[in-house]
Amino acid sequence: MIKNADTNKITLRGRCVVPGISEGEALVTHQQISGWGGIDSRTGTIVETRHELRGVSFAGKVLVFPGAKGSSGWSNAFHLTRTFGVGPAAMLFNEMTTKVALGAVVTRAPCLTDFDQNPMDIIETGDWVRVDANQGLVEITKRSKAT
Amino acid sequence: MQLTEEEKSMLDGDQGPAVQKAMDLLMRYGNALGAERLVETNNVVASVSATTPFMRDFAKQNGGMDAVFSQFSLDSDEVVSIPKIKAFTTHTQLGFDPEQAARMGVDEETVHFYRKGEAFTTGLGIQATNTCTPYQVGNIPTRGEHCAWMESSAVIYCNSVLGARTNTEGRESVGAAMLTQRIPYWGYHLDENRLGTHLIEVATSIESTADWGLLGYWIGDKVQEKVPVVTGIGKTPNLARLKHFGASASSSGGVEMYHIVGITPEAMSQEQAFGKRKPQEIFRFDAKEKASILDRLNSTGKDTKVDYVMLGCPHYSMEQLWELAQLIEGRKVHPDCELWIFTPRSTKTLCDQNGYTRIIEEAGGHILSDSCSAMSRAMPKGTRVVAMDSAKQTHYLPAILGIQAWFGSTADCVEAACTGQWQGGLR
Repeated sequence: MIKNADTNKITLRGRCVVPGISEGEALVTHQQISGWGGIDSRTGTIVETRHELRGVSFAGKVLVFPGAKGSSGWSNAFHLTRTFGVGPAAMLFNEMTTKVALGAVVTRAPCLTDFDQNPMDIIETGDWVRVDANQGLVEITKRSKAT
Repeated sequence: MQLTEEEKSMLDGDQGPAVQKAMDLLMRYGNALGAERLVETNNVVASVSATTPFMRDFAKQNGGMDAVFSQFSLDSDEVVSIPKIKAFTTHTQLGFDPEQAARMGVDEETVHFYRKGEAFTTGLGIQATNTCTPYQVGNIPTRGEHCAWMESSAVIYCNSVLGARTNTEGRESVGAAMLTQRIPYWGYHLDENRLGTHLIEVATSIESTADWGLLGYWIGDKVQEKVPVVTGIGKTPNLARLKHFGASASSSGGVEMYHIVGITPEAMSQEQAFGKRKPQEIFRFDAKEKASILDRLNSTGKDTKVDYVMLGCPHYSMEQLWELAQLIEGRKVHPDCELWIFTPRSTKTLCDQNGYTRIIEEAGGHILSDSCSAMSRAMPKGTRVVAMDSAKQTHYLPAILGIQAWFGSTADCVEAACTGQWQGGLR
């Protein structure tokens, strides 16, 4: 299988939540994420019983999700993913809450919100995503459709 | 963010490095939120405890409890010396009950480390209430009071039932708040964000604590983190019912504030609850929805042989313990089953005085304090199936401990404990 990089890049603009620049493969969910009790902080894996990403790790991925739900342990659960070296490379989300804001701050991964277009409509799991939170830019390279 | 002169001085380090780190975190957090300023608070509910082997090792390797506080309560890689706190602070639940560590499978070394940690936190001025229900043990803010609370089930109670004002804070933001008496002025601190967004019409009877738990679980799933306004409630609920309602709404969704028309303080009428807004959506909760959310909640329950019954999520109130003592007096917990009840330490002391501890222990049950199975990951050895009267704990435990869970009424749970069989369900 040859991976043909699609040169058709898409750019989104958003508001900086946590400054910084990083890139990685996208992991997209249309469901909110629960922190404490919803992820395993030692592996960065989603464990919530009925979550569509149950069993999938976001370590090193650009995590694209609607927002946070559940326990106030959200920030600590994500803080620990950084401590264990399994935090996301970057975070892109739509719905601002104190849980996700504080969680993003202490995870210290570049993070954006308030986009000009909904990232969940544009980014798919496996796309390559570069996040420049300082400039408020997200650059998406679509995963090749070629087989 | 706009800072006052005093806040600027804290940020400049005039009150020492810990306060400076706290203010630096509040700035990063406030900017992330898009907040324009901070607000003063003198009521904090926080977790600063270190009850896991990981925290014990982290402290050993990095410089003791100051290192744990610097990293996990202030998000500071630099270890700073932590001074006495400025804001009144009560502690949330812990990773185990230090008085019953052996029962919970916790070794002596971890208890010893916890005791050192407790001496550190009480030395800072933090109240060792150790509960998810501060409002059951004397931390009851007044209407309109600005707070910085952790614990989603306490936050929703604080906003909705007490009419005080808090967002769902996390370990790091409350660490900063207790040292600075500040928290970002955002979200539920502002009038306009407290108004209702979604209308919930209840068209079936909601009476028992379990009914309230189910309704909350269903609403959280529907509205996620929005502000539901509930109508159609007949009988005024007590503390335990609203506690279970809020706890489940904040578990299935992220609800931090709700209104019940005619009952909660900012909803004397539907008009007051919504202000000038129109409901974004209207949902109707009827008998069919009630049956279907119960099925959904019980989706992990397969085997009817129950090994463990857990009560006390959120921590049981004195009224619930009185009811339980009446339900179980003279009965015996089945030899193949265990019954654990979690309550705040001060409420357990009251149970000792009232004779409930003796009644429950004579039946073969155990009252524990300070924790719960979800926080501690502790359960009786060999547990495969648990029964509970908490929708919140039923939501979390199967994911955390990999066991089956049944949700039902307190009476269903007592029956399961005494027969070893699950026979619950809607009646």
